[in-house]
Amino acid sequence: MSTATQDIQAFTQQEYKYGFETPVETETFPPGLNEDIIREISARKREPKFLLEWRLKAYRHWLTMKEPTWANVKYPPIDYQKIVYFAAPKGWKKGPKSIEEIDPELLRTYEKLGIPLHERERLAGVAVDAVFDSVSVATTLQEKLSELGIIFCSFSEAAEKYPELVERYLGSVVPYTDNFFAALNSAVFSDGSFCYVPKGVRCPVELSTYFRINARNTGQFERTLIIADEGAYVSYLEGCTAPIRDSNQLHAAVVELVAHDYATIKYSTVQNWYPGDKQGRGGIYNFVTKRGKCLGKYSKISWTQLETGSAITWKYPSCLLIGEGSVGEFYSVAVTNNYQQADTGTKMIHIGPNTRSTIVSKGISAGHGQNTYRGMVKILPGAENARNYSQCDSMLIGNECGAHTFPYLEVKNPTARVEHEASVSRIGEDQIFYCRQRGISTEDAVSMIVSGFTRQVLQELPMEFAVEAQRLLSVSLEGSVG
Amino acid sequence: MLEIRNLHAKAGEKLILRGVNLKVGAGEVHAIMGPNGSGKSTLAQVIAGRDLYEVTEGEILYEGRNLLELSPEERAREGIFLAFQYPVEIPGVSNLYFLRTALNAIRKHRGLEELDVMDFMELVRERVKLLGMNEALLERPVNEGFSGGEKKRNEILQMAVLEPRLAILDETDSGLDIDALKAVAAGINAMRSPERAMIVVTHYQRLLEYVEPDFVHVMADGRIVRSGDKELARELERQGYAWLEEEAALAQENRS
Ligand SMILES: Nc1ncnc2c1ncn2[C@@H]1O[C@H](COP(=O)(O)OP(=O)(O)OP(=O)(O)O)[C@@H](O)[C@H]1O
Ligand SMILES: [Mg+2]
Repeated sequence: MSTATQDIQAFTQQEYKYGFETPVETETFPPGLNEDIIREISARKREPKFLLEWRLKAYRHWLTMKEPTWANVKYPPIDYQKIVYFAAPKGWKKGPKSIEEIDPELLRTYEKLGIPLHERERLAGVAVDAVFDSVSVATTLQEKLSELGIIFCSFSEAAEKYPELVERYLGSVVPYTDNFFAALNSAVFSDGSFCYVPKGVRCPVELSTYFRINARNTGQFERTLIIADEGAYVSYLEGCTAPIRDSNQLHAAVVELVAHDYATIKYSTVQNWYPGDKQGRGGIYNFVTKRGKCLGKYSKISWTQLETGSAITWKYPSCLLIGEGSVGEFYSVAVTNNYQQADTGTKMIHIGPNTRSTIVSKGISAGHGQNTYRGMVKILPGAENARNYSQCDSMLIGNECGAHTFPYLEVKNPTARVEHEASVSRIGEDQIFYCRQRGISTEDAVSMIVSGFTRQVLQELPMEFAVEAQRLLSVSLEGSVG
Repeated sequence: MLEIRNLHAKAGEKLILRGVNLKVGAGEVHAIMGPNGSGKSTLAQVIAGRDLYEVTEGEILYEGRNLLELSPEERAREGIFLAFQYPVEIPGVSNLYFLRTALNAIRKHRGLEELDVMDFMELVRERVKLLGMNEALLERPVNEGFSGGEKKRNEILQMAVLEPRLAILDETDSGLDIDALKAVAAGINAMRSPERAMIVVTHYQRLLEYVEPDFVHVMADGRIVRSGDKELARELERQGYAWLEEEAALAQENRS
């Protein structure tokens, strides 16, 4: 065996950097799920009645559903009665609060994660909603944004302060009947972010939510709802991490986006949940439903994701292209290393005329990682002159990983133009040797080759996060070669 | 500068180099010729440290040190450069970025400051002009979609920027049109210096018209079977390699 192959097998030496645990006292519900638990969550959050009713309907529907098995991922059965459905730092009170009221331990946590919440150290040009286990602990820049009429707050706060907006849009893109995990989320969702950008307003800063799972045996079920009214623009980014644990934890989120006429929503994800160790123990099950509705004419929704974490990722950020001339985009880099599994992709449903969609997916598999792209492009009869371009590239590092591509195509209108390109490449021993012969170390060679492979996607990330993304990518592949 | 003694190397079970001896001094240019499959590229790659090949016998000394102990990147940083017979494509990585990363890795090793983008660009522009290269190639991904000739010229550009002490050029003249050949030869000649040695692997006398070698060696069946001066190259051009077989047959006869 050549040493190049040995190099390649030596992949992940780098430890997960965000694996620390915050020593805060946590108040948790007993594990298990029933109507009382749901009522209790809702009461804790002082929710309006319609929301409790909606949760209960979702729960009753969930009871009739079966966990899906079609994804190309393997995991032992999940016992939903063993999961804790609500955890919050002790003394947590709902509603906006000044930085001084927040437990310093929590502030330190976010600082360690590179997300300072203090006024003086904040990231320039970014407003952050910090979600810790089941609750939002702080939202920055709120006042400044509200001068523009932009609402950016935790979901709980929105339910209380803007019930009519929540009632109107919640479940309008992802109904609770949509799928097993969406139904579960609708019943028990804890917190998440809410954003509304009014007519004609261009949100001047990046909005960002940072999700942190801290408590043990706790599921995280957040719900995000973003609405861009006529002509509005917003760019939103979510980041996520969790401590190292040897048991698996469930994360089942729902994200709904609504874009009205001429509105644009750019939604970026840097997902770095704990991926499990080198033997595949522990890690987050990331089962997420994300969907955007291009409701208005010439509206646009663009998904960009960098998925480096989680033991298992199951997610398909999708676009319903309803408005005439609306545009859907999906740019994705998914990395699986060690024993990680990812089944991810997108659905582009062309409903209105002249709708366009672009899909660029880059899968990287190393170690024993399994990476599946699953994408659907559907052109309905009314989608006159619809166009789609899809490109799915896979890169393999080493010989024990796998890449799989399942493109589904359904065209019901003969004027549609659909293009699909796919490629599989391996980081070649020849490429690495070429770099080394020029004096570049193996490690740097791999990160250079990978960044070349993913450039097209990463350049879609907001500037503030592109550098971080690049670094994260090389860390998650560190040790994969050499 | 370089001394190869009784070098044997194999790939898998196949023995390719069967006792190569070669001495290269500073300032010298050596040409290596020989039929297809005789082991020229293998020799070049073994010197550069490719681990597809296992050295089973013999040694390589470089500036008095045991070269075989060094990793490929250490050899590169110590001044060994190989212009590949088949340059490798690296999609999405700009040629400039690649070259700057390489140069800075080498400079760092030598205790020099890393070059910033401005200084680096100045250096590259100057070398590009010297080689009559198309500047547009700098922004493109490394070798991706380059024509055969462009790839070869790009190798020479890398050499000109990295300024090695020992440059091994593996068939850098193959597939070049007349103008490109002249430009490449000019690039090589501009790099000739009393401190620098070159090993030029070629099939053609033509390159050697422009780049005059101090020594010419013929490789056959994993050995250097004949050495001489540039006259030897002319002779090969006239006669081909048929005489090798005769010699081999003779050797066989003598043994029995
Ligand atoms: N990695 C390898 N595995 C197996 N055989 C190899 C390998 N590399 C080279 N060889 C064999 O070794 C022999 C010498 O190859 P090499 O490329 O060194 O020849 P060359 O003299 O450079 O030929 P050319 O003039 O065609 O470039 C050939 O028979 C080749 O097939
Ligand atoms: Mg060769």
